[in-house]
Amino acid sequence: MSAILETPVRAFESVSGAGAGEMLELAIGPHHPSTHGVFRMDVVLDGERVRRLKPVFGYLHRNHEKIAEGQSYLSSMPYTDRLDYFCSLTNNWAYALTVEKLAGLQVPERAEYIRVITAELTRVQNHLCLIGFLLQDMGASGTPLMYAFREREKILDLFESLTGARMMCNYMRFGGCRVDLPTGWMEEAQQVVQGLARFLDEFEALLTGNEILMARTQHIGVLSSAAAVNAGVTGPMLRASGVNYDVRKVDRYGVYDRFDFRIPLGDHGDTYDRYLIRVLEMRESLKILRVALRDLPEGPVMDPKARLRGFRPKAGEAYGRIEAPKGELGFHLISDGSPNPFRYRVRPPSLMNLTVLEEMCMGRMLADVVVILGSVDIVLGEVDR
Amino acid sequence: MEVTDQELKIDLQKQGVLMTSLNELYNWGRKNSVWPLQFGLACCAIEMIAASMARYDLARFGAEVFRPSPRQADLMIVAGTVTKKMAPQVVRLYNQMAEPKYVIAMGACAISGGPFKQGYNVLKGIDRYLPVDVHIPGCPPRPEALLHAFMTLQNKIASQPLTGPARPRHLRAGAPSEFSVPQCGPHGLVPPSNPAVWRPPTAAQAG
Repeated sequence: MSAILETPVRAFESVSGAGAGEMLELAIGPHHPSTHGVFRMDVVLDGERVRRLKPVFGYLHRNHEKIAEGQSYLSSMPYTDRLDYFCSLTNNWAYALTVEKLAGLQVPERAEYIRVITAELTRVQNHLCLIGFLLQDMGASGTPLMYAFREREKILDLFESLTGARMMCNYMRFGGCRVDLPTGWMEEAQQVVQGLARFLDEFEALLTGNEILMARTQHIGVLSSAAAVNAGVTGPMLRASGVNYDVRKVDRYGVYDRFDFRIPLGDHGDTYDRYLIRVLEMRESLKILRVALRDLPEGPVMDPKARLRGFRPKAGEAYGRIEAPKGELGFHLISDGSPNPFRYRVRPPSLMNLTVLEEMCMGRMLADVVVILGSVDIVLGEVDR
Repeated sequence: MEVTDQELKIDLQKQGVLMTSLNELYNWGRKNSVWPLQFGLACCAIEMIAASMARYDLARFGAEVFRPSPRQADLMIVAGTVTKKMAPQVVRLYNQMAEPKYVIAMGACAISGGPFKQGYNVLKGIDRYLPVDVHIPGCPPRPEALLHAFMTLQNKIASQPLTGPARPRHLRAGAPSEFSVPQCGPHGLVPPSNPAVWRPPTAAQAG
Protein backbone atom coordinates (compact mmCIF):
# COMPACT_ATOMS: atom_id res chain seq x y z
CA MET A 1 0.00 0.00 0.00
CA SER A 2 2.92 2.33 0.55
CA ALA A 3 3.40 2.86 -3.16
CA ILE A 4 -0.13 4.20 -3.35
CA LEU A 5 0.12 6.34 -0.25
CA GLU A 6 2.55 8.91 -1.52
CA THR A 7 1.03 11.04 -4.24
CA PRO A 8 2.53 12.34 -6.41
CA VAL A 9 5.33 9.83 -6.66
CA ARG A 10 8.65 11.65 -6.38
CA ALA A 11 10.32 9.39 -8.85
CA PHE A 12 13.34 11.42 -9.83
CA GLU A 13 16.38 12.90 -8.26
CA SER A 14 17.15 16.32 -9.66
CA VAL A 15 18.81 16.24 -13.04
CA SER A 16 22.12 18.02 -13.10
CA GLY A 17 25.06 18.41 -15.45
CA ALA A 18 26.17 20.70 -18.22
CA GLY A 19 23.33 22.45 -19.98
CA ALA A 20 20.75 21.40 -17.45
CA GLY A 21 18.31 24.23 -16.97
CA GLU A 22 15.31 24.49 -14.74
CA MET A 23 13.53 21.15 -14.76
CA LEU A 24 9.80 20.79 -14.73
CA GLU A 25 8.25 17.68 -13.31
CA LEU A 26 4.92 16.96 -14.90
CA ALA A 27 2.42 14.21 -14.26
CA ILE A 28 0.46 13.37 -17.41
CA GLY A 29 -2.51 11.37 -16.28
CA PRO A 30 -4.19 9.36 -14.82
CA HIS A 31 -6.93 11.54 -16.26
CA HIS A 32 -5.59 12.78 -19.54
CA PRO A 33 -7.14 12.30 -22.97
CA SER A 34 -3.89 11.10 -24.53
CA THR A 35 -3.16 8.30 -22.09
CA HIS A 36 -5.85 5.98 -23.49
CA GLY A 37 -7.28 5.17 -20.12
CA VAL A 38 -5.97 5.54 -16.63
CA PHE A 39 -2.25 5.61 -17.17
CA ARG A 40 0.19 8.12 -15.79
CA MET A 41 3.52 9.31 -17.10
CA ASP A 42 5.73 11.25 -14.72
CA VAL A 43 7.80 13.32 -17.08
CA VAL A 44 10.79 15.54 -16.33
CA LEU A 45 11.01 18.31 -18.88
CA ASP A 46 13.84 20.62 -19.82
CA GLY A 47 11.93 23.28 -21.68
CA GLU A 48 9.84 21.05 -23.90
CA ARG A 49 12.40 18.26 -24.14
CA VAL A 50 11.82 15.06 -22.22
CA ARG A 51 14.69 14.22 -19.91
CA ARG A 52 13.09 11.44 -17.88
CA LEU A 53 9.87 9.54 -18.21
CA LYS A 54 8.47 7.11 -15.74
CA PRO A 55 5.28 5.19 -16.46
CA VAL A 56 3.04 4.76 -13.43
CA PHE A 57 0.30 2.21 -13.69
CA GLY A 58 -1.97 0.18 -11.47
CA TYR A 59 -4.95 2.51 -11.73
CA LEU A 60 -6.94 -0.29 -13.31
CA HIS A 61 -5.58 -3.24 -11.35
CA ARG A 62 -8.67 -5.44 -11.12
CA ASN A 63 -7.19 -8.55 -9.51
CA HIS A 64 -7.72 -10.63 -12.62
CA GLU A 65 -5.13 -13.27 -11.73
CA LYS A 66 -6.10 -13.56 -8.09
CA ILE A 67 -9.79 -13.90 -8.91
CA ALA A 68 -8.97 -16.56 -11.51
CA GLU A 69 -7.09 -18.65 -8.96
CA GLY A 70 -10.17 -18.79 -6.77
CA GLN A 71 -12.59 -20.11 -9.37
CA SER A 72 -12.93 -22.88 -11.92
CA TYR A 73 -11.11 -22.81 -15.24
CA LEU A 74 -14.20 -22.04 -17.25
CA SER A 75 -15.29 -19.19 -14.98
CA SER A 76 -12.21 -17.24 -15.98
CA MET A 77 -13.20 -17.22 -19.64
CA PRO A 78 -15.48 -14.16 -19.38
CA TYR A 79 -12.81 -12.40 -17.34
CA THR A 80 -10.31 -12.80 -20.18
CA ASP A 81 -12.69 -10.74 -22.33
CA ARG A 82 -11.96 -7.80 -20.09
CA LEU A 83 -8.18 -8.00 -20.32
CA ASP A 84 -7.73 -6.26 -23.63
CA TYR A 85 -11.26 -5.09 -24.09
CA PHE A 86 -10.82 -4.31 -27.78
CA CYS A 87 -9.88 -7.90 -28.57
CA SER A 88 -11.94 -10.23 -26.44
CA LEU A 89 -11.85 -13.04 -28.98
CA THR A 90 -8.07 -13.28 -29.17
CA ASN A 91 -7.91 -13.24 -25.37
CA ASN A 92 -10.40 -16.10 -25.33
CA TRP A 93 -8.30 -17.99 -27.80
CA ALA A 94 -5.07 -17.61 -25.87
CA TYR A 95 -6.69 -18.85 -22.70
CA ALA A 96 -8.51 -21.72 -24.40
CA LEU A 97 -5.29 -22.72 -26.16
CA THR A 98 -3.43 -22.88 -22.86
CA VAL A 99 -6.07 -24.96 -21.14
CA GLU A 100 -6.27 -27.27 -24.16
CA LYS A 101 -2.53 -27.74 -23.88
CA LEU A 102 -2.85 -28.43 -20.18
CA ALA A 103 -5.67 -30.92 -20.55
CA GLY A 104 -4.67 -32.37 -23.93
CA LEU A 105 -7.86 -31.48 -25.74
CA GLN A 106 -8.24 -31.53 -29.51
CA VAL A 107 -10.09 -28.81 -31.39
CA PRO A 108 -12.24 -29.75 -34.41
CA GLU A 109 -11.18 -28.32 -37.72
CA ARG A 110 -14.25 -26.15 -38.17
CA ALA A 111 -13.72 -24.57 -34.77
CA GLU A 112 -10.10 -23.81 -35.66
CA TYR A 113 -11.25 -22.03 -38.79
CA ILE A 114 -13.86 -20.06 -36.87
CA ARG A 115 -11.16 -19.08 -34.39
CA VAL A 116 -8.95 -17.82 -37.18
CA ILE A 117 -11.81 -15.86 -38.71
CA THR A 118 -12.84 -14.22 -35.46
CA ALA A 119 -9.23 -13.50 -34.47
CA GLU A 120 -8.41 -11.84 -37.76
CA LEU A 121 -11.59 -9.76 -37.64
CA THR A 122 -10.52 -8.75 -34.14
CA ARG A 123 -7.09 -7.77 -35.42
CA VAL A 124 -8.61 -5.59 -38.11
CA GLN A 125 -10.89 -3.71 -35.76
CA ASN A 126 -8.13 -3.29 -33.17
CA HIS A 127 -5.74 -1.80 -35.68
CA LEU A 128 -8.48 0.43 -37.10
CA CYS A 129 -9.24 1.83 -33.67
CA LEU A 130 -5.56 2.27 -32.91
CA ILE A 131 -4.99 4.31 -36.06
CA GLY A 132 -8.08 6.36 -35.33
CA PHE A 133 -6.91 7.14 -31.81
CA LEU A 134 -3.36 7.84 -32.99
CA LEU A 135 -4.64 10.42 -35.43
CA GLN A 136 -6.96 11.83 -32.78
CA ASP A 137 -3.90 12.32 -30.56
CA MET A 138 -2.20 14.16 -33.40
CA GLY A 139 -5.08 16.58 -33.58
CA ALA A 140 -7.04 15.12 -36.48
CA SER A 141 -10.05 15.62 -34.32
CA GLY A 142 -12.73 13.17 -35.21
CA THR A 143 -12.56 12.28 -38.88
CA PRO A 144 -10.22 9.23 -38.98
CA LEU A 145 -11.63 7.96 -35.71
CA MET A 146 -15.17 8.34 -37.01
CA TYR A 147 -14.30 6.36 -40.13
CA ALA A 148 -12.54 3.71 -38.06
CA PHE A 149 -15.45 3.29 -35.71
CA ARG A 150 -17.91 3.18 -38.61
CA GLU A 151 -16.08 0.12 -39.96
CA ARG A 152 -15.58 -1.31 -36.50
CA GLU A 153 -19.33 -1.31 -35.94
CA LYS A 154 -19.76 -3.59 -38.94
CA ILE A 155 -17.32 -6.09 -37.43
CA LEU A 156 -19.00 -5.78 -34.04
CA ASP A 157 -22.33 -6.58 -35.71
CA LEU A 158 -20.78 -9.84 -36.90
CA PHE A 159 -19.52 -10.59 -33.40
CA GLU A 160 -22.89 -9.81 -31.94
CA SER A 161 -24.81 -12.10 -34.23
CA LEU A 162 -22.27 -14.85 -33.58
CA THR A 163 -21.69 -14.53 -29.85
CA GLY A 164 -24.47 -12.36 -28.52
CA ALA A 165 -22.24 -9.53 -27.36
CA ARG A 166 -20.54 -6.65 -29.10
CA MET A 167 -17.40 -6.46 -27.05
CA MET A 168 -17.36 -9.12 -24.35
CA CYS A 169 -17.81 -12.12 -26.58
CA ASN A 170 -16.96 -15.00 -24.21
CA TYR A 171 -17.11 -17.26 -27.22
CA MET A 172 -14.41 -19.91 -27.08
CA ARG A 173 -14.49 -23.00 -24.96
CA PHE A 174 -11.89 -25.60 -24.08
CA GLY A 175 -11.98 -27.88 -27.10
CA GLY A 176 -13.82 -25.65 -29.52
CA CYS A 177 -16.27 -22.80 -29.72
CA ARG A 178 -19.50 -22.24 -27.86
CA VAL A 179 -21.92 -22.16 -30.80
CA ASP A 180 -21.79 -22.68 -34.52
CA LEU A 181 -22.15 -19.85 -37.00
CA PRO A 182 -25.74 -18.62 -37.43
CA THR A 183 -27.31 -18.91 -40.87
CA GLY A 184 -26.30 -16.17 -43.22
CA TRP A 185 -23.27 -15.22 -41.16
CA MET A 186 -20.79 -16.31 -43.79
CA GLU A 187 -22.34 -14.14 -46.48
CA GLU A 188 -22.42 -11.16 -44.17
CA ALA A 189 -18.80 -11.71 -43.20
CA GLN A 190 -17.75 -11.97 -46.82
CA GLN A 191 -19.50 -8.70 -47.56
CA VAL A 192 -17.82 -7.00 -44.63
CA VAL A 193 -14.40 -8.27 -45.70
CA GLN A 194 -14.96 -7.00 -49.23
CA GLY A 195 -16.06 -3.65 -47.93
CA LEU A 196 -13.06 -3.45 -45.63
CA ALA A 197 -10.63 -3.84 -48.51
CA ARG A 198 -12.24 -0.91 -50.27
CA PHE A 199 -12.33 1.07 -47.05
CA LEU A 200 -8.63 0.49 -46.44
CA ASP A 201 -7.77 1.98 -49.83
CA GLU A 202 -9.83 5.02 -48.95
CA PHE A 203 -8.34 5.24 -45.45
CA GLU A 204 -4.82 5.03 -46.80
CA ALA A 205 -5.51 7.66 -49.43
CA LEU A 206 -6.55 9.90 -46.59
CA LEU A 207 -3.64 9.16 -44.29
CA THR A 208 -0.53 7.41 -45.58
CA GLY A 209 0.74 10.22 -47.77
CA ASN A 210 -0.56 12.94 -45.48
CA GLU A 211 2.08 15.57 -44.94
CA ILE A 212 1.12 16.35 -41.36
CA LEU A 213 1.05 12.69 -40.40
CA MET A 214 4.47 12.18 -41.93
CA ALA A 215 5.93 15.26 -40.27
CA ARG A 216 4.60 14.22 -36.90
CA THR A 217 5.67 10.58 -37.06
CA GLN A 218 8.70 10.05 -39.29
CA HIS A 219 11.99 9.67 -37.37
CA ILE A 220 10.08 10.13 -34.14
CA GLY A 221 10.16 7.56 -31.39
CA VAL A 222 12.75 5.37 -33.07
CA LEU A 223 13.11 1.96 -31.49
CA SER A 224 16.13 -0.05 -32.57
CA SER A 225 15.66 -3.72 -33.22
CA ALA A 226 18.22 -4.63 -30.53
CA ALA A 227 16.43 -2.56 -27.90
CA ALA A 228 13.10 -4.03 -28.90
CA VAL A 229 14.35 -7.59 -28.64
CA ASN A 230 16.08 -6.94 -25.31
CA ALA A 231 12.95 -5.45 -23.79
CA GLY A 232 10.76 -8.35 -24.91
CA VAL A 233 8.68 -6.17 -27.19
CA THR A 234 6.39 -8.19 -29.45
CA GLY A 235 3.74 -7.69 -32.05
CA PRO A 236 3.53 -4.89 -34.59
CA MET A 237 5.93 -2.77 -32.53
CA LEU A 238 8.69 -5.37 -32.84
CA ARG A 239 8.05 -5.91 -36.51
CA ALA A 240 8.11 -2.16 -37.15
CA SER A 241 11.68 -2.29 -35.85
CA GLY A 242 12.51 -4.86 -38.51
CA VAL A 243 12.50 -8.09 -36.51
CA ASN A 244 10.70 -10.88 -38.30
CA TYR A 245 8.85 -12.51 -35.44
CA ASP A 246 5.21 -13.41 -35.53
CA VAL A 247 3.84 -16.18 -33.34
CA ARG A 248 1.44 -17.12 -36.11
CA LYS A 249 4.46 -18.09 -38.20
CA VAL A 250 6.72 -19.29 -35.37
CA ASP A 251 4.29 -21.56 -33.55
CA ARG A 252 1.84 -22.14 -36.40
CA TYR A 253 -0.87 -22.67 -33.84
CA GLY A 254 -4.38 -23.46 -34.96
CA VAL A 255 -4.57 -23.76 -38.71
CA TYR A 256 -2.37 -20.80 -39.54
CA ASP A 257 -0.01 -23.02 -41.53
CA ARG A 258 -2.72 -23.41 -44.16
CA PHE A 259 -2.82 -19.74 -45.05
CA ASP A 260 -0.46 -17.88 -47.27
CA PHE A 261 0.24 -14.51 -45.72
CA ARG A 262 3.25 -12.28 -45.36
CA ILE A 263 4.67 -10.54 -42.31
CA PRO A 264 5.18 -6.84 -42.99
CA LEU A 265 8.41 -5.45 -41.55
CA GLY A 266 9.49 -1.88 -40.87
CA ASP A 267 12.79 -0.29 -41.86
CA HIS A 268 13.19 2.57 -39.42
CA GLY A 269 11.32 1.55 -36.28
CA ASP A 270 9.76 4.99 -35.98
CA THR A 271 6.19 5.94 -35.30
CA TYR A 272 5.36 6.13 -39.00
CA ASP A 273 6.54 2.53 -39.46
CA ARG A 274 4.40 1.44 -36.57
CA TYR A 275 1.42 3.10 -38.23
CA LEU A 276 2.18 1.57 -41.62
CA ILE A 277 2.78 -1.92 -40.23
CA ARG A 278 -0.74 -1.90 -38.84
CA VAL A 279 -2.24 -0.92 -42.18
CA LEU A 280 -0.28 -3.64 -43.95
CA GLU A 281 -1.21 -6.19 -41.30
CA MET A 282 -4.85 -5.41 -41.83
CA ARG A 283 -4.43 -6.13 -45.53
CA GLU A 284 -2.78 -9.45 -44.75
CA SER A 285 -5.58 -10.24 -42.30
CA LEU A 286 -8.13 -9.63 -45.03
CA LYS A 287 -6.19 -12.05 -47.22
CA ILE A 288 -6.40 -14.71 -44.49
CA LEU A 289 -10.07 -13.96 -43.97
CA ARG A 290 -10.94 -14.41 -47.64
CA VAL A 291 -9.30 -17.84 -47.74
CA ALA A 292 -10.69 -18.92 -44.37
CA LEU A 293 -14.22 -17.93 -45.30
CA ARG A 294 -13.87 -19.81 -48.58
CA ASP A 295 -12.39 -22.99 -47.11
CA LEU A 296 -14.42 -23.27 -43.91
CA PRO A 297 -15.11 -27.01 -43.51
CA GLU A 298 -18.28 -28.58 -42.19
CA GLY A 299 -18.32 -30.47 -38.93
CA PRO A 300 -18.74 -30.06 -35.20
CA VAL A 301 -17.40 -27.02 -33.35
CA MET A 302 -16.71 -28.77 -30.05
CA ASP A 303 -14.49 -31.70 -29.14
CA PRO A 304 -17.01 -34.37 -28.00
CA LYS A 305 -14.61 -35.39 -25.23
CA ALA A 306 -14.47 -31.90 -23.74
CA ARG A 307 -16.35 -31.55 -20.47
CA LEU A 308 -17.46 -28.14 -19.40
CA ARG A 309 -18.73 -29.19 -15.98
CA GLY A 310 -16.45 -30.79 -13.43
CA PHE A 311 -13.42 -29.90 -15.51
CA ARG A 312 -10.25 -30.99 -13.69
CA PRO A 313 -7.04 -31.13 -15.70
CA LYS A 314 -4.34 -33.37 -14.30
CA ALA A 315 -1.49 -31.80 -12.37
CA GLY A 316 1.03 -30.01 -14.53
CA GLU A 317 1.72 -26.71 -16.16
CA ALA A 318 1.32 -25.16 -19.57
CA TYR A 319 2.22 -21.95 -21.33
CA GLY A 320 0.14 -21.07 -24.33
CA ARG A 321 0.64 -18.06 -26.54
CA ILE A 322 -0.90 -16.52 -29.60
CA GLU A 323 -0.25 -13.50 -31.73
CA ALA A 324 -2.81 -11.08 -30.35
CA PRO A 325 -3.25 -7.80 -32.23
CA LYS A 326 -0.97 -6.07 -29.73
CA GLY A 327 1.71 -8.75 -29.54
CA GLU A 328 2.39 -12.07 -27.92
CA LEU A 329 -0.39 -12.80 -25.46
CA GLY A 330 0.51 -15.69 -23.19
CA PHE A 331 -1.15 -17.53 -20.36
CA HIS A 332 0.79 -19.61 -17.88
CA LEU A 333 -1.30 -22.06 -15.91
CA ILE A 334 -0.21 -24.42 -13.16
CA SER A 335 -2.68 -27.10 -12.24
CA ASP A 336 -2.61 -29.16 -9.04
CA GLY A 337 -5.44 -31.39 -10.17
CA SER A 338 -8.15 -29.35 -8.49
CA PRO A 339 -10.98 -27.55 -10.32
CA ASN A 340 -9.17 -24.23 -9.87
CA PRO A 341 -5.83 -23.28 -11.36
CA PHE A 342 -3.06 -23.20 -8.73
CA ARG A 343 -1.35 -20.36 -10.54
CA TYR A 344 -2.76 -18.25 -13.31
CA ARG A 345 -0.48 -15.77 -14.97
CA VAL A 346 -1.07 -13.52 -17.97
CA ARG A 347 1.71 -12.21 -20.16
CA PRO A 348 0.14 -9.06 -21.52
CA PRO A 349 1.81 -7.73 -24.68
CA SER A 350 1.08 -4.07 -24.06
CA LEU A 351 2.75 -4.11 -20.64
CA MET A 352 5.98 -5.42 -22.16
CA ASN A 353 5.69 -2.95 -25.03
CA LEU A 354 5.35 -0.09 -22.56
CA THR A 355 8.75 -0.80 -21.00
CA VAL A 356 10.56 0.88 -23.90
CA LEU A 357 8.48 4.04 -23.69
CA GLU A 358 11.16 6.06 -21.91
CA GLU A 359 13.81 5.04 -24.41
CA MET A 360 11.64 6.11 -27.33
CA CYS A 361 10.62 9.42 -25.77
CA MET A 362 14.02 10.50 -24.43
CA GLY A 363 15.03 13.91 -25.78
CA ARG A 364 11.85 14.34 -27.80
CA MET A 365 9.34 17.15 -27.45
CA LEU A 366 6.44 16.73 -25.08
CA ALA A 367 3.98 16.73 -27.99
CA ASP A 368 5.81 13.73 -29.46
CA VAL A 369 5.34 11.74 -26.26
CA VAL A 370 1.60 11.69 -26.88
CA VAL A 371 2.07 10.40 -30.42
CA ILE A 372 4.67 7.81 -29.41
CA LEU A 373 2.44 6.49 -26.66
CA GLY A 374 -0.42 6.36 -29.13
CA SER A 375 1.65 4.20 -31.46
CA VAL A 376 2.54 1.72 -28.70
CA ASP A 377 -1.11 0.63 -28.54
CA ILE A 378 -1.77 0.08 -24.87
CA VAL A 379 -4.96 -1.02 -23.23
CA LEU A 380 -4.92 -0.53 -19.52
CA GLY A 381 -7.17 -3.47 -18.80
CA GLU A 382 -4.34 -5.63 -20.01
CA VAL A 383 -1.44 -3.61 -18.61
CA ASP A 384 -2.77 -3.52 -15.07
CA ARG A 385 -5.02 -6.58 -15.21
CA MET B 1 -45.65 31.65 -14.12
CA GLU B 2 -46.18 27.94 -14.49
CA VAL B 3 -47.79 27.03 -17.79
CA THR B 4 -50.15 24.23 -16.89
CA ASP B 5 -52.77 24.32 -19.58
CA GLN B 6 -51.05 22.21 -22.23
CA GLU B 7 -53.89 22.48 -24.75
CA LEU B 8 -53.91 26.24 -24.58
CA LYS B 9 -50.16 26.21 -25.02
CA ILE B 10 -50.36 24.01 -28.09
CA ASP B 11 -53.12 26.16 -29.55
CA LEU B 12 -51.09 29.28 -29.05
CA GLN B 13 -48.07 27.62 -30.63
CA LYS B 14 -50.13 26.99 -33.75
CA GLN B 15 -50.78 30.72 -33.89
CA GLY B 16 -47.09 31.41 -33.64
CA VAL B 17 -47.15 32.41 -29.98
CA LEU B 18 -44.64 30.66 -27.77
CA MET B 19 -45.57 30.62 -24.12
CA THR B 20 -43.16 29.27 -21.63
CA SER B 21 -41.92 29.87 -18.15
CA LEU B 22 -38.47 30.96 -17.16
CA ASN B 23 -38.06 27.64 -15.43
CA GLU B 24 -38.82 25.68 -18.58
CA LEU B 25 -36.67 27.87 -20.75
CA TYR B 26 -33.76 27.59 -18.36
CA ASN B 27 -34.02 23.83 -18.11
CA TRP B 28 -34.53 23.50 -21.87
CA GLY B 29 -31.23 25.20 -22.43
CA ARG B 30 -29.47 23.19 -19.77
CA LYS B 31 -30.73 19.79 -20.79
CA ASN B 32 -29.73 20.20 -24.43
CA SER B 33 -26.16 21.20 -23.78
CA VAL B 34 -24.87 18.65 -21.32
CA TRP B 35 -21.13 18.45 -21.92
CA PRO B 36 -19.60 15.26 -20.58
CA LEU B 37 -16.15 14.98 -19.15
CA GLN B 38 -13.78 13.11 -21.45
CA PHE B 39 -12.95 10.52 -18.93
CA GLY B 40 -12.73 6.81 -19.50
CA LEU B 41 -11.76 4.26 -16.93
CA ALA B 42 -12.07 0.87 -18.59
CA CYS B 43 -14.06 -1.20 -21.06
CA CYS B 44 -17.22 0.94 -20.79
CA ALA B 45 -15.29 3.93 -22.08
CA ILE B 46 -15.01 2.24 -25.46
CA GLU B 47 -18.79 1.94 -25.63
CA MET B 48 -19.00 5.57 -24.54
CA ILE B 49 -16.75 6.51 -27.47
CA ALA B 50 -18.83 4.31 -29.75
CA ALA B 51 -21.93 6.17 -28.58
CA SER B 52 -20.37 9.46 -29.61
CA MET B 53 -19.44 8.14 -33.06
CA ALA B 54 -21.41 8.19 -36.27
CA ARG B 55 -23.78 5.28 -35.76
CA TYR B 56 -25.15 6.23 -32.35
CA ASP B 57 -24.44 9.94 -32.65
CA LEU B 58 -24.60 11.40 -29.18
CA ALA B 59 -24.59 14.82 -30.85
CA ARG B 60 -28.35 14.49 -31.27
CA PHE B 61 -28.62 15.17 -27.56
CA GLY B 62 -26.25 18.11 -27.58
CA ALA B 63 -23.72 16.08 -25.68
CA GLU B 64 -20.99 15.39 -28.21
CA VAL B 65 -18.63 17.99 -26.79
CA PHE B 66 -16.45 15.80 -24.61
CA ARG B 67 -14.34 18.17 -22.56
CA PRO B 68 -10.99 17.02 -21.23
CA SER B 69 -11.06 19.64 -18.48
CA PRO B 70 -13.43 19.15 -15.55
CA ARG B 71 -13.88 22.93 -15.37
CA GLN B 72 -15.80 22.87 -18.66
CA ALA B 73 -17.84 19.74 -18.08
CA ASP B 74 -21.36 19.31 -16.73
CA LEU B 75 -21.57 15.55 -16.60
CA MET B 76 -19.24 12.88 -15.38
CA ILE B 77 -19.78 9.48 -16.97
CA VAL B 78 -18.04 7.04 -14.67
CA ALA B 79 -17.34 4.52 -17.43
CA GLY B 80 -15.55 1.55 -16.01
CA THR B 81 -14.05 -0.06 -12.97
CA VAL B 82 -13.09 2.34 -10.20
CA THR B 83 -10.14 0.89 -8.32
CA LYS B 84 -9.04 2.01 -4.91
CA LYS B 85 -6.06 3.71 -6.48
CA MET B 86 -8.26 5.63 -8.88
CA ALA B 87 -11.19 6.51 -6.59
CA PRO B 88 -9.53 9.59 -5.01
CA GLN B 89 -8.80 11.00 -8.46
CA VAL B 90 -12.40 10.40 -9.56
CA VAL B 91 -13.76 12.28 -6.54
CA ARG B 92 -11.22 15.05 -7.04
CA LEU B 93 -12.26 15.43 -10.66
CA TYR B 94 -15.88 15.64 -9.61
CA ASN B 95 -15.01 18.31 -7.08
CA GLN B 96 -13.28 20.32 -9.78
CA MET B 97 -16.38 20.39 -11.96
CA ALA B 98 -18.54 23.49 -11.79
CA GLU B 99 -22.14 23.30 -10.61
CA PRO B 100 -24.64 22.23 -11.86
CA LYS B 101 -23.07 18.83 -12.36
CA TYR B 102 -24.41 15.34 -12.81
CA VAL B 103 -23.04 11.81 -12.65
CA ILE B 104 -23.92 8.76 -14.72
CA ALA B 105 -22.59 5.48 -13.34
CA MET B 106 -22.05 3.42 -16.48
CA GLY B 107 -21.79 -0.32 -16.19
CA ALA B 108 -21.75 -2.94 -13.49
CA CYS B 109 -18.32 -1.95 -12.17
CA ALA B 110 -19.22 1.68 -11.57
CA ILE B 111 -22.47 0.65 -9.92
CA SER B 112 -21.23 -2.10 -7.64
CA GLY B 113 -17.80 -3.38 -8.59
CA GLY B 114 -19.36 -5.73 -11.11
CA PRO B 115 -17.51 -8.94 -11.91
CA PHE B 116 -14.46 -7.67 -10.04
CA LYS B 117 -16.35 -6.98 -6.82
CA GLN B 118 -14.64 -9.82 -4.99
CA GLY B 119 -11.23 -8.33 -5.77
CA TYR B 120 -9.16 -6.58 -3.13
CA ASN B 121 -8.53 -3.46 -5.17
CA VAL B 122 -11.91 -2.60 -6.60
CA LEU B 123 -14.31 -0.02 -5.22
CA LYS B 124 -17.76 -1.50 -4.74
CA GLY B 125 -19.65 1.27 -6.45
CA ILE B 126 -18.85 4.92 -7.06
CA ASP B 127 -22.07 5.96 -5.32
CA ARG B 128 -20.24 5.44 -2.05
CA TYR B 129 -18.50 8.75 -2.67
CA LEU B 130 -20.50 10.60 -5.31
CA PRO B 131 -24.20 11.34 -5.74
CA VAL B 132 -25.10 9.35 -8.84
CA ASP B 133 -28.05 10.56 -10.93
CA VAL B 134 -28.45 7.68 -13.38
CA HIS B 135 -27.22 4.11 -13.14
CA ILE B 136 -26.85 2.01 -16.32
CA PRO B 137 -26.52 -1.73 -15.80
CA GLY B 138 -24.61 -3.88 -18.25
CA CYS B 139 -21.11 -5.16 -18.76
CA PRO B 140 -20.57 -3.08 -20.78
CA PRO B 141 -23.90 -1.36 -21.47
CA ARG B 142 -24.68 -0.94 -25.12
CA PRO B 143 -24.44 2.56 -26.59
CA GLU B 144 -28.22 2.58 -26.75
CA ALA B 145 -28.27 2.16 -22.98
CA LEU B 146 -26.05 5.21 -22.64
CA LEU B 147 -28.41 7.14 -24.90
CA HIS B 148 -31.27 6.07 -22.69
CA ALA B 149 -29.37 7.26 -19.66
CA PHE B 150 -28.88 10.60 -21.38
CA MET B 151 -32.58 10.91 -22.01
CA THR B 152 -33.32 9.97 -18.42
CA LEU B 153 -30.91 12.64 -17.25
CA GLN B 154 -32.48 15.18 -19.60
CA ASN B 155 -35.89 14.40 -18.14
CA LYS B 156 -34.47 14.83 -14.69
CA ILE B 157 -32.97 18.19 -15.58
CA ALA B 158 -36.22 19.30 -17.22
CA SER B 159 -38.21 18.51 -14.10
CA GLN B 160 -36.03 20.45 -11.69
CA PRO B 161 -37.80 23.53 -10.29
CA LEU B 162 -35.90 26.77 -9.88
CA THR B 163 -37.53 27.66 -6.60
CA GLY B 164 -39.05 25.90 -3.64
CA PRO B 165 -37.75 23.19 -1.38
CA ALA B 166 -37.32 20.71 -4.27
CA ARG B 167 -34.87 22.93 -6.16
CA PRO B 168 -31.62 21.26 -7.13
CA ARG B 169 -28.45 21.37 -5.12
CA HIS B 170 -26.72 24.11 -7.07
CA LEU B 171 -29.52 26.56 -6.28
CA ARG B 172 -29.47 25.94 -2.56
CA ALA B 173 -27.03 28.09 -0.67
CA GLY B 174 -25.04 25.99 1.74
CA ALA B 175 -25.60 22.70 -0.04
CA PRO B 176 -22.32 20.88 -0.59
CA SER B 177 -20.80 21.03 -4.03
CA GLU B 178 -17.64 19.16 -3.12
CA PHE B 179 -17.33 15.82 -1.44
CA SER B 180 -14.53 14.57 0.73
CA VAL B 181 -11.75 12.84 -1.17
CA PRO B 182 -10.97 9.41 0.26
CA GLN B 183 -7.42 8.55 1.21
CA CYS B 184 -5.58 5.27 0.85
CA GLY B 185 -5.29 3.71 4.29
CA PRO B 186 -3.67 0.47 5.45
CA HIS B 187 -6.78 -1.60 4.67
CA GLY B 188 -8.31 0.17 1.73
CA LEU B 189 -9.86 3.58 1.36
CA VAL B 190 -10.47 5.81 4.37
CA PRO B 191 -13.32 6.47 4.90
CA PRO B 192 -14.84 3.38 3.22
CA SER B 193 -17.81 5.50 2.14
CA ASN B 194 -19.09 9.03 2.47
CA PRO B 195 -22.03 8.86 4.93
CA ALA B 196 -23.44 12.11 3.52
CA VAL B 197 -23.93 10.39 0.16
CA TRP B 198 -24.33 6.72 0.88
CA ARG B 199 -25.29 4.52 3.77
CA PRO B 200 -25.03 0.74 3.81
CA PRO B 201 -28.44 -0.79 3.23
CA THR B 202 -29.98 -2.10 6.43
CA ALA B 203 -31.98 -5.29 6.54
CA ALA B 204 -35.43 -4.64 7.96
CA GLN B 205 -36.81 -7.20 10.40
CA ALA B 206 -39.90 -8.82 8.97
CA GLY B 207 -43.11 -8.61 11.02
